This record gives sequence, C-alpha cells and structure tokens, in this order.
Amino acid sequence: MSDWRTRLPAVTGHRLFWPVVALVLLLVANAIYRPSFLAVEVKNGHLYGSLVDIVRLSAPLILVALGMTLVIATGGIDLSVGSVVAVSGAVACLYISRQPDQNSLGSVLVALAIALGIALLLGLWNGTLVAVIGIQPIIATLILMVAGRGLAQLITSGQIITINSDPYRMIGVGHVLTLPFAIVIALAVTLLVALLTRRTALGMIIEAVGGNAEASRLAGIRARRIKILVYVASAACAAVAGFMMTANVSSADGNAAGLWVELDAILAVVIGGTSLTGGRFSFGGTVVGALLIQTLTTSVYAMNIDPQTSLLFKAMVVIAVCLVQAPAFRARFRRRRSRGAAPAAPVGENRKEQVAA
Amino acid sequence: MSTTELTGRLARPARWRLPRRQVPVLVSLALLLVMYAIGVSQYRAFSNIQVIFNVFIDSGFLLVVAVGMTFVILTGGIDLSVGSVVAMTAMVSAALLREGMPSALVLLIALLIGPTLGFLMGCVIHFFEIQPFIVTLAGMFFARGLCTWISSVSIPITDGFWTGAAQERIRIGENFVTVSVLVTIAVVAVAAYTLAYTRLGRNVYAIGGNPQSALLMGLPVGRTRIAVYTISGLCSAIGGILLSFYTLSGAPLIAVGMELDAIAAVVIGGTLLTGGAGYVLGTVLGVLVLGVIQTLITFDGTLNSWWTKIVIGGLLFAFIVLQRLLGFRKK
Repeated sequence: MSDWRTRLPAVTGHRLFWPVVALVLLLVANAIYRPSFLAVEVKNGHLYGSLVDIVRLSAPLILVALGMTLVIATGGIDLSVGSVVAVSGAVACLYISRQPDQNSLGSVLVALAIALGIALLLGLWNGTLVAVIGIQPIIATLILMVAGRGLAQLITSGQIITINSDPYRMIGVGHVLTLPFAIVIALAVTLLVALLTRRTALGMIIEAVGGNAEASRLAGIRARRIKILVYVASAACAAVAGFMMTANVSSADGNAAGLWVELDAILAVVIGGTSLTGGRFSFGGTVVGALLIQTLTTSVYAMNIDPQTSLLFKAMVVIAVCLVQAPAFRARFRRRRSRGAAPAAPVGENRKEQVAA
Repeated sequence: MSTTELTGRLARPARWRLPRRQVPVLVSLALLLVMYAIGVSQYRAFSNIQVIFNVFIDSGFLLVVAVGMTFVILTGGIDLSVGSVVAMTAMVSAALLREGMPSALVLLIALLIGPTLGFLMGCVIHFFEIQPFIVTLAGMFFARGLCTWISSVSIPITDGFWTGAAQERIRIGENFVTVSVLVTIAVVAVAAYTLAYTRLGRNVYAIGGNPQSALLMGLPVGRTRIAVYTISGLCSAIGGILLSFYTLSGAPLIAVGMELDAIAAVVIGGTLLTGGAGYVLGTVLGVLVLGVIQTLITFDGTLNSWWTKIVIGGLLFAFIVLQRLLGFRKK
C-alpha cells in the first residue's frame, strides 16, 4: 500500500504521463468506435493497418518537430519550417520534372541534394539573423515564413508541379523490410539526432545555451555557433519532411504544402513537455506529441467529422494538456486539495517541482 | 575651438535629434510616401484620390485587427487567434441572420463573442502562466474549428442592414468611402486616445517595458494583460463585422493567415515586438504600406501575387534590422 502511494505520484508526475494517457485514451476510443482499428496485418510482405497509417502519416510531423525541439531547447522558435517544407518540395519536384527520365535514381538523388542544400541555406539565414544580428527568433523566422511561402510559389510559378517518378514516390509511400519507408526515415533521423545529442555533450551544450546563453558563452561554449547549428538542423529536418509530403502526392504545391505544420510541430513539442522558454528538451515527448496530434486528426477523419472541425478537438486537447502540465495550474490544484488534509507534505513537493522546472 | 562653437555643437544635437522611439514610425511614413510617389510617377491613374480611399476600403478590417494586435504586442505578448476570430464573427453573424434574427441583436452577439474568447485566453495566460503563443494558438484552432462546425460552406448575407452598410457610399467631393472606413477611423481614434492618454494605455507601455518593474510599482499587471487580449478580441470582432460588410457572406476559410499580415503591419509600423514602444499611428502606416504594395502590384499587372509576400518579407527584415541599428536591445 505504501509502495503504491509513493510510486503513484512518481508516475503521474512524470513529464510524459499526461500526453501518454491522452494518446492511450484516444486509441481506446478509436478501438471502441471501430474494433478493426487495432488490427495490423501483413499483405504482400507489407504491414497494413490503421495504427501503421497513423505512424506513417505522422512521420513528416515527427521530423519537423524534432528540429523544432532542438530550436526550442535553445530558447528559440522556428516559424519558417512550413515555408522550408514548401520550398524544398518545390525545388525537388521542379528539378525532377525537368529531367528527361524522371525514374532515374541519379537525378532524384541530385534533386534531393539540391533541395537539401537550399534548405540548409535557409536555415543558415535564420540562424544568422538570430545568432549574429541578434533578432528575436519569433520575428527572425517570421520573415522567412512570409517570404518563403512567396518563394515557393515563385519556384512553382504558382502552379502545382506534378511528377511521375517512382524513386521519389518511394520516399512517401514505399516500403522497406515490410515497414513503410517514411517510418524508417523518421525512425532513423530520430535515432541519429538522439544519439548525437544524448551520447555526446552536444545535448548538454544545447540545453546550456537555452538555459542562459551568456553564461554558457562565458563557460566556453560557442553559443552563437550552437544557435546557428540548431536552425540549420531544423531546416534540414523540414526539408526531409517536405520530400515526404510532396512524394506522398507526387506533386508540389507552393501554396498548400506544409501549411500550418509549424504550429503542429510547436504543439507536438509543447505537449511533449519541452518548455518554450528553453533549457531542456525531450525527444521522446516530442514523438509522443506528434503521434498524439496525428492520432487525433486520423480519428476525427475516421468518425466522419469535417477535417476543419477537428481543429476544435485539437484546441481542447492542447489546452487540457498544457494546463495539466503548467506548474501554476498544478500548484493551484494541489493547494486546494491539500488545504484540509495535510498542508505540510505538498509544500515540499511543490518546491521540488519548481526546482526541476 | 571657441566656446560658442562648443555650445553650438552641444546645443545642436539636443535641438535636432529626433526622439529615438519615433524614428521607426517616421521611416514607415517616408517609405509610404516614397512608394506612393513611385506609384504616381509610374501610373497616371494612381494620383486619383480614390486610390487612397480604396486602400482604406480594402484593408479597413485588417487595420482594425492590427490596432488590437498593437495593444497585445505592446505588452510583449502575441495574439495568433485574430484571423480565426474575424472569420468566426463573420460566420456567426451570417448564420444568425439566416435564422432570421434581428440585425441589432446579431450585431450585439457577434461583437460579444470575440472579446469573451479574448478574455478567457487572457485569463489562461495570466493565471496559469502558459505562453501567449500556445494559448492564442489554441484559440485560433478553436475559433477556426467553430467556423466549420457552423457550416462547411459559405453563407450569404441578405439582411437589409448588412447590405445597406455594404452598399452605402459616403461622398467626399468627387470620391467616396464606405461605412466601414468611418468605423475604422473611429476605432483607430479611440485606440490612439486610449494608448496615449489613459491609465490603461500607460499600464500597457509599462508592462511591455518591464513586467517586473510594473508589478513592483503596483500597477495592475494581471488586469491589464487580460484587458489587452480582450481588446484584441473586440477589435477582431469589429474586423469580422467589417469583413462581412465587405464580402456580404460568412465563409469558414476566410481571413486565413490574417494574423501574419496584422503582425507584419504592426512591425512595419515601428512597434517593438518585445513590447514597450510603438504607436497606433505606426500601425496605421504599416497597414497602408501593405495596402499600397498590393495596389502597386495590381496596377503593374505583370507581377504575380507571390511578389507581395516576398516584398513584405523583405520589408519586415529591413525594419527589424533598423530597430536593431537604432539600438533597441532587449533580451
């Protein structure tokens, strides 16, 4: 009994507890509504099923959110990812559409390289504005968010570029080792970034910069370089997500590709418990957040509700999860609950939480 | 070096130096004049006064929304929900009018929804200390979701009061303005007065300058913060009504991305995004700059609409770098 009592707060107090609960609740609700929801089957050596679909569709969001996590960990924010998605997708599709043989693997690789290169330049631009010129991140990236959308439309001349290239389509809808290729890419990138940040000092350094850029600089960290690096990484992640999104539909639309993905990505990061003030980050949380958002969208589709109306649910989930995680909200409730019973114990708990935050 | 020379040198900068806070606004004004001059020199029809009135007619609702945004940004916050609230207001009025509700009642209800949502968002931001960005983002999703929940297709408005307000032309000499322009000017005047001469306005500037000091000075930080989001909600609601006058319908996907235009206008108008410095007049200039860019591109005819976005991005960049050069350093 006492064991259960001490462990419960440890579990409910964990950063990922409420997002995971929300995700499980959504999955259970879906399973009750449509029992076939949880079924996963193997057809022609490929995995199929609603769950697999959810993970596959959330792959681009996971990628964008990963990059966003790094940026937010340094105390910044990157609003331009949606535009980078559009630009990179447009550049890749434009290059492929100009080739005589759209199915040639070589030209697809060249297209990807060019588009990725341009995305890196855009990331460098953001990073320079923030780290060198010292503009607030939200405004610095707002510039590219507005102008990048125009740039993408300029590249596609306002048209929707349609391509017919099997290797390119592979990125979005192909399968590797029974798994959808998109999932493999997302998994690989997640592991790579997690290894780079958590198995080396890089993650610590990023958190140090986010905690206090000036102090970290005095401690010998090149804060400026780290800041530029995270914006470049974010743009690179967004570019890969852009390839996935455009490959999914085999066409590039400068206007609609990646629209509002920055908002979803920021939500995923915040739901995952990474504070917008910077200083610490959690990739696990971000992935759970992205899955939660995509599950919500998919379940709303499955229940035949207008896709736009799903925004209503999204708003409620966001507010609920953020409120439950907010220290101020928790403190308020704990105080109320404990006012009658035991006023001494929760005080210590409160203090601990504030230190952790 | 004689004494007179010295005193002259000392006195001159004191007399001639512009207040640094007003430089961005003056730069916006200069930009607007230059762009207008380019327009007049390139296209003969541009010199028609009606062109200016049309800018007001076409971007009156944006101006009202941007004025509300100015209050929020002056406190160092941000309101992403404005575009959705504009759409929701237009949508609710269209739906209620279709049900045959009297127009005065519809107007009242429509004007209450926006401030209520703004008030709630302000409360969440203040009491639970969640970032304005996230809260207003949720508000944006909520309002947009509500639009499609009401109807997934556009609802036309045929009510007499609405069509009357939309079609009424108020003549000024050879030219005309619409009712919306008068409403816009009234909103701008009230907002400018509030910010410059009332206690609320002083508090807004104080909180934007430094919330900690404002709190220590005993200013009502919480009340003011909630008030600015309520004001922004009210401005969005008025903007929504003006938009429904303009389009005579309520459409679920109208005004998507308007929050970006509003923020851009506020920044181009010289308001600091960190808060504490800026004027309603600057926002007016910012909206006019955006409107004149649009008009120039329309007049040219060969440029495509995406150039608008690229130019706005470039202007944003230029103004932010200008603010940096003027030395508004703040973390």
